Amino acid sequence: MGTGQELMSASGQSRPIRVLVAKPGLDGHDRGAKVMARAFRDAGFEVIYTGLFQTPQMIANAALQEDVDVVGISILSGAHMSLFPPIMDALRDVGREDVLVVAGGTIPTEDIPVLNDIGVAKIFGPGTPLQDAVAYIREHAPDRVDLP
Amino acid sequence: MTDASQRASLSERVLAGDRRALARLLTSIENDDPLGEQVMERLFPHTGSAHLIGITGPPGGGKSTLVNEMIRAYREMGRSIAVIAIDPSSPLTGGAALGDRIRMQEWHADPGVFIRSMASRRFGGGLARNALAVAHAFDAAGFDPIIIETVGTGQDEVAIASLAMTTLLVQAPGTGDGVQTLKAGALEIGDVLVVTKGDRPEAIELARDLRNLRQLGLAAGSELSRWDTPVIKTSAARREGIDSLMNAIAAHWSWLEETGEMEIRVRTMINTEIAFRVQDALLQGIRRPVTRDGGMQRLVERVAAREITPLLAARELLTRLSHNDTPP
Repeated sequence: MGTGQELMSASGQSRPIRVLVAKPGLDGHDRGAKVMARAFRDAGFEVIYTGLFQTPQMIANAALQEDVDVVGISILSGAHMSLFPPIMDALRDVGREDVLVVAGGTIPTEDIPVLNDIGVAKIFGPGTPLQDAVAYIREHAPDRVDLP
Repeated sequence: MTDASQRASLSERVLAGDRRALARLLTSIENDDPLGEQVMERLFPHTGSAHLIGITGPPGGGKSTLVNEMIRAYREMGRSIAVIAIDPSSPLTGGAALGDRIRMQEWHADPGVFIRSMASRRFGGGLARNALAVAHAFDAAGFDPIIIETVGTGQDEVAIASLAMTTLLVQAPGTGDGVQTLKAGALEIGDVLVVTKGDRPEAIELARDLRNLRQLGLAAGSELSRWDTPVIKTSAARREGIDSLMNAIAAHWSWLEETGEMEIRVRTMINTEIAFRVQDALLQGIRRPVTRDGGMQRLVERVAAREITPLLAARELLTRLSHNDTPP
């Protein structure tokens, strides 16, 4: 270890970053999510991979039970503007509004500010190297100490 | 919030069924956070009643799919069930891809089901270092049964059997001939042997070979357990064999209770868990000083140059540790 993939826990010890990788929506393209999961795994993160066809409630429930630091959403269908608001609502409903939400996929630049406004922290558009996402998560995954 | 009131509030919330608090406690436990340790000291008196079930077997053998069918069956009985699903950590990066949950997604709206994935964090034996402590937390929160699904294991990872009340050993057909069932190791530790993918033709043969195990033992005059290990053939695809499996698990529980074996088994479990903790603390204590002063690296070089044997290097290290670098 010691490669920078860890967060500090409340005791000051390092721990791996836990990331949920999910692919919402009805299209069957999971390559993006799998590549994302692989990049995160190889970066030393612990990835909970839930695969295709995730509903907002499935994503929120997994984020709750797995107590992840980060939720990574892959969207290639173009339906991001209708998929993200219910996901953010569902996370709030289970008390996980503290989780860092990042997204990757085919999301046009003009939609990004709207998604940022509803709480999606960072969007990695087509052609972004996954190493940028890894670096972003390392920097921004929250240091969680206490329950709200 | 003071530390003391934080501990009190977290344990009360867990006891009251707050799933967010429980999830956070599990994280603390998994990360060896002192908070998790202290909360568990408060919660431990509330544990000890849940049926702890271990599931082990090779990767891809159908363990997670089987667990999903067991969740369905326990929910039909009205029981709250927790699953600890362990997958391996990378030996290179420490990262992990935890994918067991993908087979158990239909319960996402059911508050009676709690699934937690754990990375092995290189603990070995198909387990994660704090898996048992996580099981205790689920126990305190009122889940019963608690299923621990190990990392997909090979022939020799048997630790789970001394850490669970009932161990299911899962075998999928098509992985070898009858000689495999004669070998020592994992097959000896299952309280229930489960042949998955029972819709495949080779499953019949495998189930027969496994049933013959006891007959071979009897013919050889070996001393056998008083529990007659059942062999259950299941097919999740056809939803077959699950009722028989649930009956076998319940029968094993009754057998433990009625014969007094439960008292013995529970003490074996506690003994194993304490021994694991001691081993782990010793290993951590050794690793720290060894990596700090580069002593390990020098010994590795001497062994590589064939100056000393690995055994001698280990002895030297232990001598040095016991003399001047006592683990904290």
